[in-house]
Amino acid sequence: MDRRPPGNQRSVSGLAYSGADSSADFILPATDELHSQSGGGLRRPLRCANHWRTPDPFPVNGCRFFSNLDFNRYRFRELRQTLEPLLATPLSDGQLYLGKTAASLVPPLAAAYLGITVYLIGLLVKVQWVPSLQLLIQILSLTTIQAMVMVSGAIVISSLTTSVRAANLLASFIIIPVAMLIMGESMIMFWGRYHILWWIVLALMLIAIVLTRMGLRLFNREELLARELDVLDLRGSGRRFWSSFLSDARNPVEWYGGLFQKSFKRIRFPILITSAILLIGFFVGYRQAAVFKLPAEIFQMNAFDKDWLMILREFGMLTPNGVVKILWANIRALILATILGVFTFGVVAEILLLVPLAITGYFAGSLTQAGLDASQYLTALVLPHAIIEVPAAILSGAAILQLGMAAISLPKGSSLGEGWTTSLAEWARISIGIVLPLLIAAAILEVFLTPRIAVWVLSGS
Amino acid sequence: MSSIEANSLCKKFGTFTAVDDVSLHVKPGEILALLGPNGAGKTTTIRMLASILKPTHGNAKIAGYDIEHEQEAVRSVVGLLTEQHGLYNRMRAGEYLDFFGSVYGLDSSMIQQRINTLLDEYKLQEFTNLRLGQYSKGMRQKLALVRALLHEPQVLLLDEPTSAMDPESAHHVRGSIVELRSADRAIIVCTHNLFEAEALADRIAIIRRGKIIANDSPLELKRMMVGDPVMELRLACSLDGALEHLPEGIVEIAAGDNWVRYSTSQADVVNPEILYSLAKAGIPVVTLSRVERSLEEVYLQVVSEDDSQEGTIDGR
Repeated sequence: MDRRPPGNQRSVSGLAYSGADSSADFILPATDELHSQSGGGLRRPLRCANHWRTPDPFPVNGCRFFSNLDFNRYRFRELRQTLEPLLATPLSDGQLYLGKTAASLVPPLAAAYLGITVYLIGLLVKVQWVPSLQLLIQILSLTTIQAMVMVSGAIVISSLTTSVRAANLLASFIIIPVAMLIMGESMIMFWGRYHILWWIVLALMLIAIVLTRMGLRLFNREELLARELDVLDLRGSGRRFWSSFLSDARNPVEWYGGLFQKSFKRIRFPILITSAILLIGFFVGYRQAAVFKLPAEIFQMNAFDKDWLMILREFGMLTPNGVVKILWANIRALILATILGVFTFGVVAEILLLVPLAITGYFAGSLTQAGLDASQYLTALVLPHAIIEVPAAILSGAAILQLGMAAISLPKGSSLGEGWTTSLAEWARISIGIVLPLLIAAAILEVFLTPRIAVWVLSGS
Repeated sequence: MSSIEANSLCKKFGTFTAVDDVSLHVKPGEILALLGPNGAGKTTTIRMLASILKPTHGNAKIAGYDIEHEQEAVRSVVGLLTEQHGLYNRMRAGEYLDFFGSVYGLDSSMIQQRINTLLDEYKLQEFTNLRLGQYSKGMRQKLALVRALLHEPQVLLLDEPTSAMDPESAHHVRGSIVELRSADRAIIVCTHNLFEAEALADRIAIIRRGKIIANDSPLELKRMMVGDPVMELRLACSLDGALEHLPEGIVEIAAGDNWVRYSTSQADVVNPEILYSLAKAGIPVVTLSRVERSLEEVYLQVVSEDDSQEGTIDGR
């Protein structure tokens, strides 16, 4: 439905609508309306109820995005071609890194700031609108920090690759997530939930710090020049994968020994991170139950009786077929999480694993809100199989996180290919050796045990 | 004392040995040509000497500084001309050189003075208004050489200095390199161009598969590899009866109607003797000259010997 004000000129309601040929103009509100709706003090856009009238910083985001894209094309080509004479100078590796970073940051940032300034001046002149101080700081912070993330990421990728083509291909690992992030930011601005932007600034700062640290480690003469001899060796990669997968084990006992002694040790930090994320997911879900309330009458705990078991059986539960279905669903989820995790430094995988825990937490919270005993629900419907499934999720998430971070946390002296192949083998060891057996066990429990315990605990029969 | 003293340098990348037990000594004012095919290990050797790469084994001193433990000092006394000149296309020559001068810690007045001198010397002064992206390949290479000379380094390491240059520019750059040694600079020129190596170098080190397989002056290399110098005697009459005037001990290589080629290790003794006896016998001599043998012969000889040794080793 077209909710634009009628007419092809400034409307009576005070909205700026200058003509059909300018799609951007009609969403600009008149300043006096904004002023009055924000309580007379702060000039700010209207919120979601009137979102079609929001003076949105979309074009500002556009300026930032295209500036960043352009700089990335520039960066990868220029870095390699102009590097060697600089390597021969007395500059230290750290100075070279900082210099290259500054050289890559300043032009796109200047262009982005210029674009933002021109757009805002346009808004001021045309509709007398100025952004709130908070929004302005957020836009400038996001622009700067995103550029830093992209530059530091580009330096990491550029340092790890041996050709401009490879660097350009890998650049999509930065450009696509950042493009999606910018679109997300635009949506957040559209809905006027500006406080979320601070969290994004914080997250991006953390990512920038991680990438800068990696860049400082990778950006040294020895690593940069030694990588010129890195080659695409599929057979060698296959051998390396197999060798890392077996890890010198001569029989399954030795293999499992190595898995528990070495692999667990290597992923202990990702295990901690994943556990914390899942825990946070549960509690966030639990807290959200108070915000998005479910009606208490939908919780009928006495419905878990033998009839319910019959219904479950009709759906394939309590049969071996149900085990296969649940196992396959879990495996699919983990494969999807792995693929997405590889492209996003493991971040999307963690989010995917977090969601079921958040939903569980939400239902637990909703039961509490309804005055019911959430622990009973958890004990009866979740715990019997979650006691195995959650550790499997944590281990799997940790292995994916390790794999996703492989590109930016290579062992010293390893090429990207070597480091990634080794991490992939580690992921395979953990997934096949531990996660898969745990998922099989969890699926069996979920199909055969959990429904019976639910009936036993909740209906007492 | 040598400006460049490299002892048993070795560089491995994983399992690949790029440089294997390379020892080089270059005195001030001396030019050494590091001659070898692509992938022989020339650039890796140069990079180790410039303290850009660390050797896996061995050590080297550049102007008295250790390449592993005094890296910044080494880089401040080395002028490196890299194979990829790495110019910034959007800059002009003055801006570019000014930037590199400041990176080397020179003060601005000295930078300006050296920029003017060097741009004049390399005939680039008239192009200072152009952006470097508009320079021809030869001009770019010359500017890269100017950059390498800007801080007046004691040691110059030149990686393929005339590659991609037209003959005239290449000739000019070669002339400049020869002049550069006058300031007591030790110079290493990496090249796979035999003519260039012979024209520039006091000594030639032939490198192959990361190893130095020959290292001596061009003349001595020729003598060692293709035997004693060959002389050609041309007469104004038939050779008949003239051969008996040649002293014993010389080796006749080839002969024609009125000429003969022979080899001797003592040309300074044998040649006057021959001229004397021919003059005494009334046989008119047109010329007596040394037959120039190209370095190509030497190079191919060295390489074929190296190949046959490899074959023996492989065959064991």
